[in-house]
Amino acid sequence: MAASFDLNNDGVVVIIGSGAGGGTLGNELAQKGVDVVILEAGARHEYEDFINDEWGSFAQLAWTDKRTTSGDWRVAKDFPNLPAWIVKSVGGSTTHWAGASLRFQEHEFKTLSTYGKLEGANLLDWPITLAEMEPYYAKAEAKMGVTGTNDWPRLPGNNNFKVLKAGADKLGYKECHTGNMAINSVERDDRNSCQQTGFCFQGCKWGAKWSTLYTEIPKGEATGHLEVRPNAMAIKINHDASGKVTGVVYADKDGKLQEQKARIVAVAGNSIESPRLLLNSASGKFPDGLANSSGQVGKNYMRHTTGSVYAIFDKPVHMYRGTTMAGIIRDEARHDPSRGFVGGYEFETLSLGLPFMAAFLDPGAWGRSFTTALDHYDHMAGLWIVGEDMPRAENRITLHADEKDAHGMPIADVHFDDHPNDTAMRNHAYKQATALYAAVGATRTFPTPPYPSTHNLGTNRMSEKAADGVVNKHGQAHDIKNLFVSDGSQFTTGAAENPTLTIVSLAIRQAGYIAAQMSAKTI
Amino acid sequence: MVTIYDAKPGLSRRELLKRGGIGALLVISGSAVISPEHAWGLETSALKPETMATLIQMARDIYPHDQVPDKYYAIAVKGHDEQAGKDAAYKAMIEDGIADLDKKSGDGGYRGLGWEDQRVGVLKQIEATPFFQAIRGGLVVSLYNQKEVWPIFGYEGESYSKGGYIARGFNDIEWL
Ligand SMILES: Cc1cc2nc3c(=O)[nH]c(=O)nc-3n(C[C@H](O)[C@H](O)[C@H](O)COP(=O)(O)OP(=O)(O)OC[C@H]3O[C@@H](n4cnc5c(N)ncnc54)[C@H](O)[C@@H]3O)c2cc1C
Ligand code: SF4
Repeated sequence: MAASFDLNNDGVVVIIGSGAGGGTLGNELAQKGVDVVILEAGARHEYEDFINDEWGSFAQLAWTDKRTTSGDWRVAKDFPNLPAWIVKSVGGSTTHWAGASLRFQEHEFKTLSTYGKLEGANLLDWPITLAEMEPYYAKAEAKMGVTGTNDWPRLPGNNNFKVLKAGADKLGYKECHTGNMAINSVERDDRNSCQQTGFCFQGCKWGAKWSTLYTEIPKGEATGHLEVRPNAMAIKINHDASGKVTGVVYADKDGKLQEQKARIVAVAGNSIESPRLLLNSASGKFPDGLANSSGQVGKNYMRHTTGSVYAIFDKPVHMYRGTTMAGIIRDEARHDPSRGFVGGYEFETLSLGLPFMAAFLDPGAWGRSFTTALDHYDHMAGLWIVGEDMPRAENRITLHADEKDAHGMPIADVHFDDHPNDTAMRNHAYKQATALYAAVGATRTFPTPPYPSTHNLGTNRMSEKAADGVVNKHGQAHDIKNLFVSDGSQFTTGAAENPTLTIVSLAIRQAGYIAAQMSAKTI
Repeated sequence: MVTIYDAKPGLSRRELLKRGGIGALLVISGSAVISPEHAWGLETSALKPETMATLIQMARDIYPHDQVPDKYYAIAVKGHDEQAGKDAAYKAMIEDGIADLDKKSGDGGYRGLGWEDQRVGVLKQIEATPFFQAIRGGLVVSLYNQKEVWPIFGYEGESYSKGGYIARGFNDIEWL
């Protein structure tokens, strides 16, 4: 039975956000007998309620509270109030996500020592290594049912994958397969196997794709140690005179302010909301915001170097049938500066339905050059580029000087400029992908600009030294012992791989640390 | 191209629809834009019907798909009429925007320009205006989000109720 805790219960761990980081941490702690309250800004929709319709689903699940943007990225011009495409709902962005689950490469935990100092980039080594992460990666893969691990077969390739694979073969790429996906290729964990519905981004109505909504959260609730409180938007974290955090002020479903007392607070609102909350919790003792003695809260915002390439063929493809992210090419993920940039990138198939294709293929474009592309929608194949982008101090989340949300909390501004390394990498990837599709007979290709960010990282970075970052190797704030960060904002650097497997692995690792510290009474 | 004929006063919509044979593509009658050939009509309540007819043409010129009938462009822009009914400033923006478009197009107005290229030339002059942006920005959703147009593009939409594509061609590509 799901627990229900009193507002004045100061023995609970309060987690803000129920997505990849928060949902996992909540269940892991509950399994260890720790009492947990998850405050989740969004509503609770179960997977039967999901909608196979792009705009309909967006309206149901996406975070649409206003944000502002600045910087030279095209998103700031095309989607000035939608810098990120992420979720406000129980389960967080694991409802929308595609499921690609990749481990980082060894050197990606050591970017400063591997790439060297790069002008305009705030590179730093992680305080953890791949070797330390491996056991947690293994646990996360087992939990999430990642294909191609633990003897689970990979998913069958759909049409979009087959085009990708044919091009990869022609170009001589060696590592191309249907990916490591947190999608059931066989029935397991009391959930269906993938029915190739093709609406992975709209929430999987079969429950085949891993989401904290119908895995971690009900499992945690079944222990009697977890309460998930939906429609509860955290606004401020309170602390006492000694600087320890004591509770979280949130707006409840009626907009009324409440305070949930806490022994420990873990922030997992994704990389825009987490720093926004820490900054908004500024006090006399912490005038620059909580955990911000380094000045790094909100800085080093990363979103991966992304872009898409769609291609039209003289014969039909029907790329939208089947898993949205149906396959991967990993050959370019290596670090090889001879290509003109540091770090690497992955190619992953991607498909959008007609409504989103119209909105995202070339935002703002009109006229025949644009519409003749859509005329051949069923003859299109497509892929997404995801590569390591450079952390920059100027790329950051700040509190808007005068605009406030419905609860009176300053809205977030997201500033982003591409680093020259990002641009060089994107251009390389556009060229390779164009060659790949040309090799299979594409008659026209479209180097498509990045969408609003789906991967948001780095704004509360992990560091060895307190002066360099916000949290230590356990995600524990350098400044405040009982305050943790449990989402992708901990990332020191972004790596080429999709982030969620690493977020989940870090949350499993963090749960062990928190439980041990609680038993030892150090926090 | 959307051809608009102004009906003689007094013709009822039913008569117009009956006279489908006259070859007119769109007819303006009273407060309505009517397509006798395809038996549909759009009643306007806030905007002038001529404005609506021009909006329909403009929508087609912004996102031209020769295989998509006018009806869907009409449905895609009718929200502006509703919005204009609620918001006087909005109504003024649309009416003024269309008036400006007509003025820039010369004697016969925007709809009088015979070639798409000519009309696109005029649209290019106003591309940066809030009026154009409002029309284009709304249209990219309201046109392509109509389930009825999806089959024209070969997009099949919702698939859960049909059991996904696992047995319906997710991997049926043959030409590779
Ligand atoms: C379309 C799409 C496709 C993706 N595909 C992949 C993929 O294939 N592989 C991959 O690795 N990643 C993918 N991602 C990214 C992945 O979803 C995120 O990396 C991951 O979910 C982030 O986890 P998180 O815990 O940081 O945040 P989220 O999962 O976003 O959860 C944050 C939660 O916190 C809540 N919240 C925020 N602020 C507050 C507050 N103040 N009070 C209360 N609650 C709050 C939010 O409502 C939200 O529910 C994709 C994302 C999208 C949108
Ligand atoms: S394709 Fe598979 S994983 Fe994606 S929504 Fe359908 S059943 Fe779920």
